[in-house]
Amino acid sequence: MVYKKRFDGRKFDELRKIEAEVGIIPNADGSARFKIGKTEAIAGVYGPKEMHPKFLQNPKKGTLRCRYDMISFSVNERARPGPSRRSQELGLVIASALEPVCLLNDFPKLIVDVFIEIPQADAGTRCAAICAASMALADAGIPMKDLVAAVAVGKIGDKICIDINKEEEDYDGPGGATDIPIAYSPVENKLTLLQLDGKIKDEDLVKAIKEGIKGAKKIYEIQKAALKKKYKVNEVLNE
Amino acid sequence: MKDYDKKFIIDLYEQGGRLTERKNKDSYREIIIQEPVSVNAEGSARVKIGKTEVIVGVKMNTATPYADSPDEGVMMVTAEFAPIADPEFEPGPPKEEAIELARVVDRTIRESHAIDTKKLCIEKGEKVWMVFIDIYVINNDGNLIDASVLGAMIALKKAKIPKLDKEGNVLFKEHSKKNIPLNCTPTACTIFKINDLFLVDAEKKEEELADARITFGCAGDYVHSMQKGGKGAFTPEEFSKCLKLAIKKNKELQKLLNKI
Repeated sequence: MVYKKRFDGRKFDELRKIEAEVGIIPNADGSARFKIGKTEAIAGVYGPKEMHPKFLQNPKKGTLRCRYDMISFSVNERARPGPSRRSQELGLVIASALEPVCLLNDFPKLIVDVFIEIPQADAGTRCAAICAASMALADAGIPMKDLVAAVAVGKIGDKICIDINKEEEDYDGPGGATDIPIAYSPVENKLTLLQLDGKIKDEDLVKAIKEGIKGAKKIYEIQKAALKKKYKVNEVLNE
Repeated sequence: MKDYDKKFIIDLYEQGGRLTERKNKDSYREIIIQEPVSVNAEGSARVKIGKTEVIVGVKMNTATPYADSPDEGVMMVTAEFAPIADPEFEPGPPKEEAIELARVVDRTIRESHAIDTKKLCIEKGEKVWMVFIDIYVINNDGNLIDASVLGAMIALKKAKIPKLDKEGNVLFKEHSKKNIPLNCTPTACTIFKINDLFLVDAEKKEEELADARITFGCAGDYVHSMQKGGKGAFTPEEFSKCLKLAIKKNKELQKLLNKI
């Protein structure tokens, strides 16, 4: 069976339904929730604060640290609570996707902690995590050049699909599934996350990235709108 | 201090050079391959790229297959950044960087279906071969991912499956003449970005100054894995440039691997 129509009936470049809001965790300095289809990520930012142990402090600039955690009941088969090899790698790549837009020079020796939890997963969790985290960083007032929007691009069969879900990720028909999560900053015109697994020719990969950027730009608008919604009060005061 | 070094590397490159002598500015440092490292391993290899050295071993055992793939062997990759290799490496459980390295190597091998796992089934649903690929960094002078994939593939190519006794227990000291069934031999090429420069096979000093890196794992004409690292990022144009360069370099590495 050739992949001609998406399992959930979406157009090939159509994103799942997105919900985004900021300021959901009162205790955190900044926080956000980003839901795309059934995949949901919540992010809380704490800091800038003093970094311990002290020898890890960077005297020249602040440190950004991300912890990605899948909640045990977010997936069909219970995920063992606590860090896994996968979650540790993701913490690292998520930080490296966010750091290009964060201006950390203003607070040497300090650390910004970003905690991300995934309550419900249907593929694309690292991308949802990055979307939520970048909004939460903005909400926390961390100086940033831009927001980062992330989306999972896929080559399912021979079709480039934007924002693939679990069913597509698991597609094993002709052509198979190639998963390409990316993150993009429109102001900087830079790709800040680039990962891939599967099988793809170079020309298709270039095309997939191009399509992914288009999808990321749509998400970016939703992220901005969510931030503006919270800070609308200030606009009213200014008038 | 660091800005000066950056300028030094850029100027050097523009004059056609790199910190360590190479054929040309876009070639790998000298690659030395030795095997085996341990006769007790099913297969093993030492890969030196310039001053970087990694050793990779393959060990096998039998195990119950995963429920969702009852007729497939299992592969596992681990990486140790042994404190012997770098003053910055510390003893203790693997840190994020080591886990990332292992997982990028894992994806490159797994996604290209390099190991024919179906042929590693002994008894469907009951018993399959498990292949452990363990990477140890012995000296870190940069480009650990490329060296590790190379080492892993050589160890896999050279590995001999252990014999089983009548009850089906593994005879660890006796190797059969059978190789691990392989479909292809992927390689990985990592490109480091320093300002507008794209460096192949960066050494540690270059890595430390780099803004970002990107790794492409390839087999034949296909890209099977990709990983961006570091604090910087790539424009779409820079990405395409890196992709092209990595594909070219991976072909060279594949040629080298085919000779073994």
